Amino acid sequence: MTGVIVSAFPAIELSIALPLVALLTAILIGGKLAPRLILAVGPLMMALTGIVAWQVAEGDPTRVELGGWEAPLGIALFADGLSSSFLLLTAIIMSAVGIVAMAGFDARDGETSRSYSFWALFYGMWAALNGVFLGADFFNLYVAIELLTITAVGMVALGGTRAAIRYLLFALAGSLAYLTGVVLLYAEAGTLDMSLLAANEGDASVRLVAGGLMTAGLLAKTALFPLHAWLPPAHGGAPAPASAMLSALVVKASFFIIVRLWFDVMPEAAGPVLVQLIGILGGTAILYGSLLALRQARLKMIIAYSTVAQLGYLFLIFPLSGGIAGEMPWAAGAWSGGMFHALAHGLAKAAAFLAAGLIIEALGHDRIDDMKGIARAMPVTVFAFGIAAISLMGLPPSGGFMAKYLMLTAALAGGHVVIALVMMAGGLLAAAYLFRPVNRAFSGSDIPEVAYVAYWRQWVPLILALLAMLLGVVSAGPYEFIQIGRAVTAEVGIE
Amino acid sequence: MMATIDSALLFALTGCVLIGLGLYGFIVHAHLLRRILAFNVIGSGIFLLFGALGYLGAGQGTDPVPQALIITGIVVALSLTAFAIALVIKLAEEEKTAVLDAAKTAEDLHE
Repeated sequence: MTGVIVSAFPAIELSIALPLVALLTAILIGGKLAPRLILAVGPLMMALTGIVAWQVAEGDPTRVELGGWEAPLGIALFADGLSSSFLLLTAIIMSAVGIVAMAGFDARDGETSRSYSFWALFYGMWAALNGVFLGADFFNLYVAIELLTITAVGMVALGGTRAAIRYLLFALAGSLAYLTGVVLLYAEAGTLDMSLLAANEGDASVRLVAGGLMTAGLLAKTALFPLHAWLPPAHGGAPAPASAMLSALVVKASFFIIVRLWFDVMPEAAGPVLVQLIGILGGTAILYGSLLALRQARLKMIIAYSTVAQLGYLFLIFPLSGGIAGEMPWAAGAWSGGMFHALAHGLAKAAAFLAAGLIIEALGHDRIDDMKGIARAMPVTVFAFGIAAISLMGLPPSGGFMAKYLMLTAALAGGHVVIALVMMAGGLLAAAYLFRPVNRAFSGSDIPEVAYVAYWRQWVPLILALLAMLLGVVSAGPYEFIQIGRAVTAEVGIE
Repeated sequence: MMATIDSALLFALTGCVLIGLGLYGFIVHAHLLRRILAFNVIGSGIFLLFGALGYLGAGQGTDPVPQALIITGIVVALSLTAFAIALVIKLAEEEKTAVLDAAKTAEDLHE
């Protein structure tokens, strides 16, 4: 009986509607109450996305036609194992970020436009993220990703106008490329609904051009090399809670659409050139981002360049999936590894940025050279950073290790020696650039004087980092879950 | 008959020309206001192209879906433009400039 009630519960619709209600509420109440809204919205969103995951696990992929209007006219929402994993990830990270930001963006010293706008942007971003992960048609995805862009650029603008404008210019160019691709796709197929498009092969050459334009636009928003130039100043300069959301979630949203586009909707149109090109860009991003991360003097800039590098791994699933690798004992190793990487990196990167933010609050800066001995003043925070670093490096038993292990075995089985070498080099470089701040934090013997940072706030990044670790320890469950509704191409490749 | 087909084609080609012009402006101008204007020219070109591609042929009218999508797209472009201009105003107030690349400031002021 309860099963019937839960399966009929409109959790999918509410997981977009609730953040929008919270957005309006935050604007209305403002002041001292708006920051505390997260204490109600966080648990509610976790429960809602948990129900969505339960519905997906019970009854395969779930599709909702809003208002009873069917595609191509109506707006459909769609949840499978992958999208509900991202929904849960978003709920966890946003709740954690919201709790840490409660003290940073409050109205204790009187309401400022900074504290006021942060919470509106925060809930707008949450709604947009869920809209992207649940969208079932490419035009509604366009609207969702534009809402995401506006909120993300707004967050960056809280840190610096220049970085925000640079980000916005990349995002605007990306939007136009994406929109042009959507127009061509509609002209060719007469629909933008994913399932209708997938059911009909259409003209492969038109779809390649349309999909190529959409992909180029989305790559600018994901900041894949060479379209990454905006990311380090934007993510490194934004307030730390904002950086955590931007690096952990926002760049993954446009990646998510790229995966849907090529793996689920039109694999037959991709062709080897596009697949290889995306793979080469991904590999270059790993090396380039890692090398630049080594040269940074500020902790947040290291983490930001690390994002440039870690995003590269995600795109290796294009050349790696399929071929002999598809016949491995675990199905779709490369694809699953890539999705694991997206989830584990999200948790670890959010933890790293939140920890860096707390260190900045304590020290007033994030210059690595002047961080000597901070581990003795803030043991919990530095421990959280260290655990997150283990997952980012891909050391066992973390979620990052599982991801890289799956991808690396797929690369070796498929004979992609160069990709395997790049992945291993990326792991070594990550160890090098993350060891530097950790080493500095433990050096010396005296306890530096730091400003007070509430103890409970220091635990939040630690919980996120431990969850990234847990993802590797109990990987079988999440692994099975993301396979629900997985496209065939995840196994056989898209060439 | 021939004339109507041509007019749909003409609209589509005009849209393409606008996209090209806007793209040129977006690349060559450093002044942020000009770049935002270029963004809008490209956007108009895309919307015009979209509308023209929705033409079903003489006597059959047009497909309503692109029109609905164009209206949504215009709303999105409008909000992005307003937001971008607000950011440029903020930059101008903070740093007394409307370009991102400092080296180009001097030549841009002479335009």
